[in-house]
Amino acid sequence: MKTDELISLLATSAAPVPAHAVGRRFAMALGMGIVGAALLMLMTLGLRPDLLQVATEPSFWMKLAFAACLALAGLVATERLSRPGVRVGFAWAAMAAPVLALWLAAAIALLGAVQEERLDLILGNTWKSCPFNIAMLSVPLFIATFWCMKDLAPTRLALAGASSGLLSGALSALVYALHCPESAAPFLGVWYVLGIAIPTLAGALLGPRILRW
Amino acid sequence: MERTHPRDARFTEAESRLHELLVLGLGGDSAAYHGFLKALGAHLRAYFRKRLFQRPDEVEDLVQETLLAVHNQRHTYRSDQPLTAWVHAIARYKLVDMLRARASREALTDPLDDELEVFAQSDTDAADAKRDLGKLLDTLPDKQRLPIVHVKVEGLSVVEASKLTGMSESAIKIGVHRGMKALAARIRGMV
Repeated sequence: MKTDELISLLATSAAPVPAHAVGRRFAMALGMGIVGAALLMLMTLGLRPDLLQVATEPSFWMKLAFAACLALAGLVATERLSRPGVRVGFAWAAMAAPVLALWLAAAIALLGAVQEERLDLILGNTWKSCPFNIAMLSVPLFIATFWCMKDLAPTRLALAGASSGLLSGALSALVYALHCPESAAPFLGVWYVLGIAIPTLAGALLGPRILRW
Repeated sequence: MERTHPRDARFTEAESRLHELLVLGLGGDSAAYHGFLKALGAHLRAYFRKRLFQRPDEVEDLVQETLLAVHNQRHTYRSDQPLTAWVHAIARYKLVDMLRARASREALTDPLDDELEVFAQSDTDAADAKRDLGKLLDTLPDKQRLPIVHVKVEGLSVVEASKLTGMSESAIKIGVHRGMKALAARIRGMV
């Protein structure tokens, strides 16, 4: 087939592209992913029983704010990485900021605590399961995000994969926070960050294989 | 002091002309879209020819693959974005992808490079290596191939193609859309 023939083939009755096609795709994928993660959380882990009481405590909201800010920055970065020729720009800094803020809060909490309490602040009661639960809840989100990216056009595949993984991990942490009984910044700074790092790393490794177009 | 090279002026002109055509095309104006693809094809040919001067026979394959990619991924273009940046990122991605695939293939099959390379570049070899999208199209399943053949090749309307094949109108539209994606996937599979 000659190139001119291909061009005619492509141009004939090329359907109009709906406005905000990329945004809609993300909205649909993340909506389904969040519902999937929430159902998985309710079925396997359950809400924390004292959710209504802790909903008045600032530390609970700090935890949600951390995950939400990271997810938002991850969404901006992923959306930018999904379109050719668009720079990620300030989204890099926006992804680092919530983590750095959390670590700062963790450092302050650790410095303010007496020696014997420090390890408890870091390990809490659930450090063994926390990162794996976040990674588990990120699976439906990870699939949804990659399904979304598959339809778009990332040109830096490892970065796009990592960013998609971070987005799924951060949203997963947001869902997990409704189950998780921990709220100390040192705990979150280690185990939440680790839990989000697992899908991020998986995304970086899988991106070049799955996202090729 | 502001300098305007003739090259810069040509570049700006091409950018704004192509941008206008593409935006019209995204809105459903197929004549404008045709003009966009045609002009883009010429730019891509020059771009790849400069970078693949050792493999002139692969230039046209890459032009076609990139045009198909631009078409399939056209919803990722936002009209407030410089068109050059978008097109360049796609062309560069396709070029790197092709070079990488070739490097890994040659590493597997061609351990004795330099001297044999001279013979590998004969004319008949080039003709054999040329990919025929028409043949690839024939390998698609009927529910994708027929809509493409009737709507895109023969230029029938969706309604006419639907009557002719007995498929529903939405099945025709989906068939064309998925078929073009499948065609791009077939190209990737054989690179």
